[in-house]
Amino acid sequence: MIVLENLTKRYGAFTAVSGLDLEIGESQIFGLLGPNGAGKTTTLRMIAGILRPDAGRVIVAGHDNVLDPMEARRSLGFVPDRPFVYDKLTGAELLRFSAGLFGLRGPAVENRIDELLELWDLVPWKDQLVESYSHGMRQKLIISSALIHRPRVLVVDEPMVGLDPRSAWLLKDVLRTFADGGGTVLVSTHTLELAESLCDRLAVIDRGKVVASGSIDDLRRAARSEAAGLEEIFLKITRGATDSTIARVVGQ
Amino acid sequence: MVLGVGAAAWPFIYVTLTRLLRVLREVEEVGPLLASKLLALGLLVFLGILLLSNLIAALSSFFLSKDLPWIRAAPVDWLSVYLSRLTETLVSSSWMVLLMLVPMLAAYATVYRGGWEFVALSVAAVVPFLVIPAAVGSAITLLLVRLFPARRSRDILGIIAVAAVGLVVLLLRVLRPERLVNPESYRNLVDFMAALRGPSSPWLPSQWGADVLAGFLQGGLDPFLLILLWTTAAGTVTVGAVLHHTLYASCFTKAQEGNENRIRRHAGWVWLERAVSRISLQRQQLVLKDVRIFFRDTTQWSQLIILGVLVVVYVYNMRVLPLASGEMITRYLITLVVFLNLALSGFVLAAIAARFVFPALSLEGQTLWLLRSAPLDAGTLIGAKYWVGAVPLTALAILLTGVTNHLLGVPAALAILSLVSTVALSLAFTAQALAWGVYYPEFESENAAQIPTSIGGLLFMLGAVINLGIVLAVQVFILRGFLASGLPGREPRDPWLWEVGLALAATLLCCTAAAVFPYRAAVRRLEELEA
Repeated sequence: MIVLENLTKRYGAFTAVSGLDLEIGESQIFGLLGPNGAGKTTTLRMIAGILRPDAGRVIVAGHDNVLDPMEARRSLGFVPDRPFVYDKLTGAELLRFSAGLFGLRGPAVENRIDELLELWDLVPWKDQLVESYSHGMRQKLIISSALIHRPRVLVVDEPMVGLDPRSAWLLKDVLRTFADGGGTVLVSTHTLELAESLCDRLAVIDRGKVVASGSIDDLRRAARSEAAGLEEIFLKITRGATDSTIARVVGQ
Repeated sequence: MVLGVGAAAWPFIYVTLTRLLRVLREVEEVGPLLASKLLALGLLVFLGILLLSNLIAALSSFFLSKDLPWIRAAPVDWLSVYLSRLTETLVSSSWMVLLMLVPMLAAYATVYRGGWEFVALSVAAVVPFLVIPAAVGSAITLLLVRLFPARRSRDILGIIAVAAVGLVVLLLRVLRPERLVNPESYRNLVDFMAALRGPSSPWLPSQWGADVLAGFLQGGLDPFLLILLWTTAAGTVTVGAVLHHTLYASCFTKAQEGNENRIRRHAGWVWLERAVSRISLQRQQLVLKDVRIFFRDTTQWSQLIILGVLVVVYVYNMRVLPLASGEMITRYLITLVVFLNLALSGFVLAAIAARFVFPALSLEGQTLWLLRSAPLDAGTLIGAKYWVGAVPLTALAILLTGVTNHLLGVPAALAILSLVSTVALSLAFTAQALAWGVYYPEFESENAAQIPTSIGGLLFMLGAVINLGIVLAVQVFILRGFLASGLPGREPRDPWLWEVGLALAATLLCCTAAAVFPYRAAVRRLEELEA
């Protein structure tokens, strides 16, 4: 459902994403891992159609998102890393607005709004302006907005930021159910526990390139650590700071 | 833009006031009294403006500024926080008043030959005059936040401040201060100044400042009043510091709490939803969203009060022109006023487009991801933004030109030309403002009022003025035969139909080009824009 072919994005002389190739099928949750500045968010924003690739292409549900952007976007729900939405709209108005952008209206939309708000315990906040929502509540509202049109593909950047433990558990359940129903989820995260417990396949990207991909077992083999957890694998693959460097920087 | 307005306002204030003071100086006994009353009135107005703007600025600098959590967590003592935030409040709310005071005091110094001693005395009087409202405003804000959440307090204060400024502008205009420079209306002048005697008060710093400065110029400096200004400034800062030390921590905590903002549907929204129900669903949602956000943001809609006041003042100015009374009436003057009216209302419309249409895309800012990830093409988004700006601007254009032309008694052919021209200009200005806003977006700006002061805003104003100039030049060129017929010694005549028709066609052609090309450029640019 998501195919990335030689995807490249440059900002001036800096190459944020360099020749990325990925293929993510139906009923799959795919995790994108990588250190800060590795190019995860840029990749996700290109898939969502917010950024234009300098080279390569993105296919979402069979539609090229440069040649056939409207159909590609119609199939996709996007959750950004920072929950910026219109502060002066109410939660219900924002969801109605979002549905309207996808060409949906009427009683079906009102029912969908109610069921999504109910799922996230946001019903009492339905007619409150978003400016009075907490960070976590905004995150839940944006996830609802991404789901309002029943997309086939969900692209989620750092989904757990700001969510309380119950909501985080609920989100995992939502994503799993979405994938089990035939959907495709691409999630970028720093929460390795989430990636380990949720994702069917993973890719670690560093400096805009895939350095390892596959199942957890595939990554273990790539890191030559057969019994290691995802954290150890991640640090080996991305070459984290050594103990001596840490001691030198923060030592008394 | 601010610098441009300032550069134009300085010589205007200085020349007008110098002329007025010279006239007053020649009037024995009453003249000096009137000059000092005028200064007291000016300072009283400034004191009111300062107090209101300090109240609002203090909310931002003491409670809403983004760097406050870091400052609160840093090892900085409370007095340093108070004094630095007070200074920030003072500077951000007083600079404009200070800019207005300079030409005003310079006019007094010139007419009464104040010399460098007057400059030094002005500095000594103006500094505490600015400090007092800053300290008082900050203290009142602190107490207000203790009663209401900070964002609600800002909304309340914003509306009060804008309404108060609007009222002052309206009041000053309706009092017709231009009569003061007319020696024939001295009797009215005395009545006028007598009417102003009321607000003067020996308890207000504006009166002390005026008495110190006018007293020096008229040979009777009272140092006690200067000491009173400085001790009051020191006293208000001390009281403010004590209040800050006692209440700030609890008020800051309270300011972090969100206030309940439950929205209920009312008749206005239902009407609007019906009004836009015939357009496409995406456009409908975009229009409703923009209108809702505009009317729920007090920093946005409260400026409509000022706009309303300016329109009333503009129309009132046309009404009190001596042309309407028939005393000085000539065909030539009326014709000139029609073109002057077109130029002025065109400029007003351009300024309004700069303020309300130019920031349209910038205000999407960090929420643009929502639009870009939806199946929404750039043309639909630009179209929605265009009509949200164009409809009210065109309505204003019709109101301004229609009412003023009616008041001036303009012949029908010229009135139609003038009306169609302002409508065409407002449609072109909307497209241009939108295009410059897409080419020079200010996504990081938190204040919509600051966005038009960017380079894009300046380029838009420049382009709009050139557009206006071309339309006027073309009309004057086509109608030159008719305009010349009004000169002395010529046979006056009405404009021929073909002249008006040609001017109308040329205007429409020019404005259509000035609307279509920027509109298309805006769509193209938005397609390429990454957010």
